[in-house]
Amino acid sequence: MSDSTANGLVLAADGTPLKRSLSRAMRRQKMRAFMLVAPLLIFVLLTFIYPIGVMLSRSVQNDIVPETLPETVRVLGAWDASIGELPNEAVYAAFMRDMSVAIEAKRHTRLGSRLNYEKTGFSSMFRQSGRKMKKLDPITDAPFKDKLIKIHKGWGDVETWKTLQTYSGLYTSGYFLNAVDARMTPEGMAWQPEDKQILLKLFGRTLVMSLIITGSCILLGYPIAWLLANVSPRNANLLLILVLLPFWTSLLVRTSAWKVMLQQNGVINEVLVWIGLVPDGDRLILINNEFGTIVAMTHILLPFMILPMYSVMQTIPPVYLRAAKSMGATNWTAFWRVYFPQSIPGIGAGSILVFILSIGYYITPEIVGGTKGVFISNRIAYHISSSLNWGLAAALGTILLIVVLALYWAYDRIVGIDNVKLG
Amino acid sequence: MADTAKNDAFVEFERVQKSYDGVNLVVKDLNLSMPRGEFLTMPGPSGSGKTTCLMMLAGFETATHGDIRLGGTSINNIPPHKRGIGMVFQNYALFPHMTVAENLAFPLEVRKIGKSEREEKVMRALGMVQMQDFAGRRPSQLSGGQQQRIALSRALVFEPELVLMDEPLGALDKQLRETLQFEITNLAHELGITTVYVTHDQTEALTMSDRVAVFEDGRIQQLAAPDKLYEEPENSFVAQFIGENNTLEGVIKEIKGGVALVQLDNGDLIDAKPINVTEAGQRTRVSIRPERVEMDKSRLSPDAHTLKAEVLEFIYMGDIFRTRLRVAGNDDFVIKTRNAPDQVRLQPGQMIDIGWLAEDCRALDA
Repeated sequence: MSDSTANGLVLAADGTPLKRSLSRAMRRQKMRAFMLVAPLLIFVLLTFIYPIGVMLSRSVQNDIVPETLPETVRVLGAWDASIGELPNEAVYAAFMRDMSVAIEAKRHTRLGSRLNYEKTGFSSMFRQSGRKMKKLDPITDAPFKDKLIKIHKGWGDVETWKTLQTYSGLYTSGYFLNAVDARMTPEGMAWQPEDKQILLKLFGRTLVMSLIITGSCILLGYPIAWLLANVSPRNANLLLILVLLPFWTSLLVRTSAWKVMLQQNGVINEVLVWIGLVPDGDRLILINNEFGTIVAMTHILLPFMILPMYSVMQTIPPVYLRAAKSMGATNWTAFWRVYFPQSIPGIGAGSILVFILSIGYYITPEIVGGTKGVFISNRIAYHISSSLNWGLAAALGTILLIVVLALYWAYDRIVGIDNVKLG
Repeated sequence: MADTAKNDAFVEFERVQKSYDGVNLVVKDLNLSMPRGEFLTMPGPSGSGKTTCLMMLAGFETATHGDIRLGGTSINNIPPHKRGIGMVFQNYALFPHMTVAENLAFPLEVRKIGKSEREEKVMRALGMVQMQDFAGRRPSQLSGGQQQRIALSRALVFEPELVLMDEPLGALDKQLRETLQFEITNLAHELGITTVYVTHDQTEALTMSDRVAVFEDGRIQQLAAPDKLYEEPENSFVAQFIGENNTLEGVIKEIKGGVALVQLDNGDLIDAKPINVTEAGQRTRVSIRPERVEMDKSRLSPDAHTLKAEVLEFIYMGDIFRTRLRVAGNDDFVIKTRNAPDQVRLQPGQMIDIGWLAEDCRALDA
């Protein structure tokens, strides 16, 4: 018999342990399954995971400073900033040598821009000094302390050297601190001045508005999903097409359409004025603020709420409602106690989808949001394409990712991810 | 039809019609009256209107015409939740997000019954179906039979006088079905509940009910006690639908002294009891139960007509033998004989003579 058990092991027909021969038999299957997944896996790794990883790593990278000024960084390490005196000639000489190499390679302006994120003025200081320092010889023209201070008085400022010392490491937490409206000073962490604190407010606004959008999607989507699940299949198909219709229109077109609808000379205001509900001189401001963003994004994200709700509601047999009513429940009680609890997985799935989509939404707030209705993603885009502070952009992106994962985790703890059904 | 208990009628349908599309009637002129405490089954093929009737009684469908009365008052305009009728559904309809106890407490909660009384009633109802140990489980953790027991006790927990059951045992296997049939009838009689039980299974109808209302084509074809229904079907649909049945077609030659002489289509003559045939020359379909066919000539009257039959198939079924014959051109003529020591086992190809008592053979509508 094949299940002979010598020393407790179950053996296969040929005498090998059953476990091993089973895993050998399964290996081929597993390999085949993996091969089927492999193309997509490689594609995702190369075009998604890897670039994101590289981008996010920029949020802590600071190698530009130690690489451009290797000697200065080393010598400056010994300088005690707390005394309040300028560093000695050795630091200036090292700096001069580093700079002449950097100027030759035209890298000093990039370093200037980098340090400018931490202390305004660095960018112009490096550019201006670069031109003049080019004329000095790093060996023969010593000593350099006074000469450099003459070139730009910034080199005579203790703060300049403190900043350089603070940001001399290969890695920095500076971008992350910036992302939460703080900064790293030689004395440690400090808050940004009041007038520069906007990012935390933006994070907060993004979260609150995403919640409002998710909420209004639930309110508007639930009745539609219910209708879809309870009309005849023919009508349900027609309705479903109407729900999906926006998907076939460009996002940009839809958002621009809202611009036409909501602006002060737009359709809605014209109608309200024509009916006489709103005086002509006092038209409603519906766009370039939070309201515009919420309206347009609710409209755009609504299908993402309706579809999961619909697919869950489809699986709830109407007989439950009948059963509840036969037991004496009114229509409302039957709905609230019996139907609604069973539709929660759909609400959960839709909410996660809409919330995560909206928290990183960019185009719509950019077009209809004005200044009051923009999201954190618009700020990230600004740092990527305009201010070129990629480190800060990466830090903001990382924080956004962490917030989403944390919320997802919290949702799992409270509602349970098993309660989410997408179909 | 059979409006026998008009005075103490508890459930009454009077001239009820139902149409969904305004063109076809699903229920045609339904008249029915049930006394308190009766167990009535409504068997019928699908689409015969039996479930529609049940739903009209429950209040989920409104009658297009006619009056439905419960305990003497018309309930046409009373919404389902105020009718106080218990209901058991085919797929149990236990609420999956509630435990068994919560499911049972639901009808009591919506009736605003206090917590302690509620718990007591729930446990008592679970006790009726021997499911007390499962109070904390979810429906999904129970087997089909257990779920249906819970559904039954949920329909009974608020002590309704009338309980409707819509093919409650349809999804269960045969053995479990038989056990539950027995449990349901016992419970209904013990508690004195009036029960309307819809099924497409005619054996269920026979074994469980006080009376059976056979549905077909939107009408009650026959309303009678099970034995009467089986032995004395009033038309050929009922004869066919309830139990196994052999039919032979022919023409009435004459009706004399309560016996009809029928000439079958192949020319043979047989005796039958006229049921809904009145005169000679009418086409008829005669119906004879397989166990009433007699092979032993000595048991028939000397002048009884017999038929030649060829044995086509012999099936051994343990307790009985089932033999398929060719009789008067009908290849599906079945006879059943008890497995007794002296019973002959017929061989295919064998020719035999068969006959029957005239009262066992009913001449029905063609």
